[in-house]
Amino acid sequence: MAQARDIAFVRTEDAPSLPAPSTFVGINGWLLNNLVTNWWVALLAGIFVLLVANVLWDFVHWALLDAVFTAENREGCVAPTAEGKPPGACWAYAKAKFGQWIYGFYPVALRWRPNLVYLMFLALLVPLLIPKAPAKRLNAALFFIVFPVLSYFILYGSPLPYALMGFLVDTVGMLLAFIASIAEAVGYVLDAVIGIVASSTFFTKFFSWIAWPLSVLAGGIERATTSLSEPPLRPWGFWIDYLLSTVIILGAIAWRGSKLQSNILRPLGVGLAIAAAIAMIIALLGLPRGLPIVETSQWGGLLVTLIVAVTGIVASLPIGILLALGRRSNMPAIRLLSVTFIEMVRGVPLITVLFMASVMLPLFLPSGVNFDKLLRALVGVALFSSAYMAEVVRGGLQAIPKGQYEAARALGLSYWMMMVFIVLPQALRIVIPGIVNTFIGLFKDTTLVSIVGLFDLLGIIQTGFADQKWVSPTTAPTGYLGAAFIFFVFCFAMSRYSMYMERRLATGYRR
Amino acid sequence: MAKTSVKTVVSDEVAIEIANMNKWYGDFHVLRDINLTVYQGERIVICGPSGSGKSTLIRCINRLEEHQKGRIVVDDIELTNDSTGIDEIRREVGMVFQHFNLFPHLTVLENCTLAPIWVRKMPKAEAEAAAMKYLERVKIPEQARKYPGQLSGGQQQRVAIARALCMSPRIMLFDEPTSALDPEMIKEVLEVMVDLAESGMTMLCVTHEMGFARQVAHRVIFMDQGQIVEQNTPELFFSQPKSERTKLFLSQILH
Repeated sequence: MAQARDIAFVRTEDAPSLPAPSTFVGINGWLLNNLVTNWWVALLAGIFVLLVANVLWDFVHWALLDAVFTAENREGCVAPTAEGKPPGACWAYAKAKFGQWIYGFYPVALRWRPNLVYLMFLALLVPLLIPKAPAKRLNAALFFIVFPVLSYFILYGSPLPYALMGFLVDTVGMLLAFIASIAEAVGYVLDAVIGIVASSTFFTKFFSWIAWPLSVLAGGIERATTSLSEPPLRPWGFWIDYLLSTVIILGAIAWRGSKLQSNILRPLGVGLAIAAAIAMIIALLGLPRGLPIVETSQWGGLLVTLIVAVTGIVASLPIGILLALGRRSNMPAIRLLSVTFIEMVRGVPLITVLFMASVMLPLFLPSGVNFDKLLRALVGVALFSSAYMAEVVRGGLQAIPKGQYEAARALGLSYWMMMVFIVLPQALRIVIPGIVNTFIGLFKDTTLVSIVGLFDLLGIIQTGFADQKWVSPTTAPTGYLGAAFIFFVFCFAMSRYSMYMERRLATGYRR
Repeated sequence: MAKTSVKTVVSDEVAIEIANMNKWYGDFHVLRDINLTVYQGERIVICGPSGSGKSTLIRCINRLEEHQKGRIVVDDIELTNDSTGIDEIRREVGMVFQHFNLFPHLTVLENCTLAPIWVRKMPKAEAEAAAMKYLERVKIPEQARKYPGQLSGGQQQRVAIARALCMSPRIMLFDEPTSALDPEMIKEVLEVMVDLAESGMTMLCVTHEMGFARQVAHRVIFMDQGQIVEQNTPELFFSQPKSERTKLFLSQILH
């Protein structure tokens, strides 16, 4: 009944290698496998496509097809379109206000200064972000140290026609004031925490006592520089400064030269000659000496948004890392301070922090010392995002296996070497998504500074709505759409860059 | 413990001196009355059932664990809370872990040169040359530019040995170096360890590789419940165990 089957088999020719069936590859395959796998999926997909198309169509009509691109004033944006429909977005308004969106109330004639800062920012940031670009260390030093100081003076200007000396001295004064204000803020925050159980002013007093010499020094420096810019020293201020600067530069040359053990007279002579030549050119041609001051209340728009965001981002990562390490420290005092700070800041909304920084902080400062509103907001935002960053970084630290710490310690690495070379590189890599998440959140949170009277991008756009010249039903939606677009570009760029970085760092890395 | 129980004393110079050492984890008395003198050049194998405290013991020697009572003196430096002393000891004591604990974000070469460069302040070129020498000794110089994740377990453990050797330690601690390896990789790691033993390195080795113990150890120590139960030369330890617990243990691991 059962026939003996022939089970022996020998292949005589190779089976041809065929292309995959069109039902599995290409657009056709994708559609078949994703949208029309069976009748109800096809139906749902169809309904969904129609809905999306409908919304998109309306949006494109409003934002582009029916939009008004050129108009002198509101008239152009309220007149019905040719088909008699109400007009779409009023881009003419956005065009007219665009300068304000980007620079705020920064004087139009001086807009080259923010432009210069934007340019420096791009020129330093782009190579920093490209992994293959050379001279990372120099680039980073320029971006994180020189650029902030320089852009402050370019944007703010100086009471004196500064040469190098005044520039340096003023920077020192500014830094001292900044540190002092942070110390004051810490004291106040600590007291606020303790104040929940018992009213306390101990830390406020303690920290203002610590900060006092700094504040006094900062005040002294400020007085010294202003006295140079006022009569009777006014005419000579620049030249005093110039002379001191020349002495410092020549001193530096002499110091370096003597280290290299070469003949230092020659470079000194050349330096002196150059300094004299520059001085003569300035004096004879009557070149402008210095930059007119533009108060920070005149700054605004994207400029303020970027200043707050970049300062917050750049400051929050290192402070956050320190706080995270502090929270995991073996030293009880440091741990307590870190935990207190993090929990305190996370426990209050950013608006509260900003209010505290702008309204409460001045009450605790010594009289005569007053900090800029923008500076206070910067400190508030930086400290606020540091607390969040600390928790993100802590997540990464906890994900590192104990064996990594032990191997590092067993090799004799110190705590800081272990953290810098072994633990943090791995921990930060793990939490890149979290870090960038915090950055993006921070970038958008900058809109809250309008609460304390600063005009960030959104703030300045909203201010523009009140302009009688452009009042129309579409002004506000257009402004908000513009704001949304600009915010989206920045946030999306950050998001994409972080994904690129994740992929890059994941190569050659497999546990 | 009396010195006389040691058959071959390589040197009279004491490398590690542990006296009346006790350690607790909370209320749990994990190491009890440990007394052990290790001489320079001596090779000791520590065995015992899991939870007997053998890993904890060698981890106390480079202060990965802290002891609460008694004295540990390594290279004439007593282990106290003084961090300079601890750092000094860690520079002289290399350690190899059960799970290798290589740094996954650094290449094999960087794993080996990091500590010499930053702890010993060795110039980079010199550190790399030394690292290549040790990588050759553990027979994987061709893997120097790879990342640990690209290597097999046996190769990773040999890198870990090379990394420890790069600090030119006077003492090497091995914490179950072959327990996490696939059977076919154990041999390559043991060969490297035997080679190291023949070079005269002072070694403390927690392992269950009894063949290795027979071949290179001067002394075998058996631990149970946080105490040193028995120690002897490998010949006598395996042929004439004295304590009942040792006999039971040996009957279970030697088939």
